[in-house]
Amino acid sequence: MPRKPTLRWLAAIGVYAFLYLPLLIVMLHSFNASRLGTQWTGFTLHWYRVLLHDGEMLRAAYHSLLIATVASAVATVLGTLAGVSLHRYKMRLFPLLIVAPLAIPELLSGVSLLIFFVLIDFTLGLASIILAHIAFCISFVAIVVRSRLAGMDPALVEAARDLGASPWQSFRYVTLPLIAPGIVAGALLAFTLSIDDFVITFFTAGVDASTLPLRIYTMIKITVTPEVNAISTILVLLTLAIVAIASRLAPSALRSGA
Amino acid sequence: MPDKERLTRWLIAGPPWLYLLLLFVAPTLIMVAASFGWPGAEGGLSPLWVRDAQGVHFDLTLDNYTDLAATSVYAWLFLKSLAYAVVVTACCLILAYPLALTIARSPKRWRDALLLLVILPFWSNFLVRIYAWMIILGPQAGLSRLVNGVLAWLHMEPVALLFSPFAVLIGLVYVHLPFMILPLYANLEKHDPALLDAARDLGAAPWQCFWQITFPLSRPGVVAGAILVFIPALGAFAVPDILGGTGGIMIGNVIKMQFLEARDWPFGSALSIVMTVLVLVLTAAAAWAARRSGGRIYA
Repeated sequence: MPRKPTLRWLAAIGVYAFLYLPLLIVMLHSFNASRLGTQWTGFTLHWYRVLLHDGEMLRAAYHSLLIATVASAVATVLGTLAGVSLHRYKMRLFPLLIVAPLAIPELLSGVSLLIFFVLIDFTLGLASIILAHIAFCISFVAIVVRSRLAGMDPALVEAARDLGASPWQSFRYVTLPLIAPGIVAGALLAFTLSIDDFVITFFTAGVDASTLPLRIYTMIKITVTPEVNAISTILVLLTLAIVAIASRLAPSALRSGA
Repeated sequence: MPDKERLTRWLIAGPPWLYLLLLFVAPTLIMVAASFGWPGAEGGLSPLWVRDAQGVHFDLTLDNYTDLAATSVYAWLFLKSLAYAVVVTACCLILAYPLALTIARSPKRWRDALLLLVILPFWSNFLVRIYAWMIILGPQAGLSRLVNGVLAWLHMEPVALLFSPFAVLIGLVYVHLPFMILPLYANLEKHDPALLDAARDLGAAPWQCFWQITFPLSRPGVVAGAILVFIPALGAFAVPDILGGTGGIMIGNVIKMQFLEARDWPFGSALSIVMTVLVLVLTAAAAWAARRSGGRIYA
């Protein structure tokens, strides 16, 4: 166990390396001219060009963006409502209902949604993926919004009410602007979670609908081509950008949300 | 006025409540019911009840659970998955502790940036992070060559790093490590540095400071992190599916097979229910142990 600070720093740097090296290797290989990807044979953008002409991949990317946009929009509204109710009302079962989807393994949510959709005769496809994504995103948005509300000074709303604002006005003009960064951070998190989700999508997608993670899964299960490195690199950079923005808006929320 | 308040309350809490009732609670209950059903003729699930002139008859069975208990393969797979989850949790703890401590004790203005550095790779695509290990552990990659070079020098059989239990463990540790770092850091950051100063003034060695002050105080963080790592590791399916090959299979893979390949939904549901119960019982036990040792879990 860590004794001297220098030793601890060395251990910490080692763990950071463990976290980053695998991703850096993938990114590096996306520019590797070698088809086998084991040895560096020169810099190329070839795999990105291949990606741009891969119709199936582009369709999957379009699906992923569509699903993430719709799912995060709906989940942001529902999650904000949930976060406000968690903060405002003492309800016995509601907090449990919000946390439970995060507390059980994703695999189980995926298979139970599969049975559910098939039993109610709901065709598996984009719509079922969106409905499933909204369900797990609500909890994340709710937690982020709630933590933002918890950090807000309750005197502000009281002051607004004392000065004659209606409950709606005090919410609209005081609470909402104050929690807006939390809502935006929640929306971005929902978007990231949705675009990255593999397990729940895998079970609710049916045969036709394909998303980027599903496409990547098929590629790495069947034939690994360096194209996977290129799409991975794009996805990594995209998520990093989103998370960097989200963490600017609500640093504490991001930490507790994870 | 109270009526109006109740209405507002329903307008705010109602929609998310209803949504989760429909798309989380209902599917879960259906899965519980399905675990007592019969498989359909062409896979899936046969109807749980039949309606005829005499009324409604339920057509339920305990067979799925008795089959599960009678087949030692499943008990063994559950045990193996539990063992994997325990090893993964332990490895995450060993890796996360020094890092969390370093961040917690670094100057305040660095902490957010250092923490963000932990979170960033964690938010990048899950499959990409698993795939990275396919490259690193692949038979042609440097690591495999190095290991097998050493083994050849020792006159031992070469090993495959990829598609092995080892690959599953390392993949699971990699994917879940931040879940351990974050709650640990949240706990360690709150420790009062005066305690350590006092201990040092009274002549405690650094290791005494650690084992008698820091570690006992951090126990709630350790438990929270352990729960956050253990649950998803136990239910993992993508990591063993991609990195495990046949030797690294876990209970999650069997559940997936029951649903998508064997199409025996009642049996798959029974396996899922057993896993859920296992998760809930172990989580409750951990939370109880943490409360008894005098701390709160703040994740």
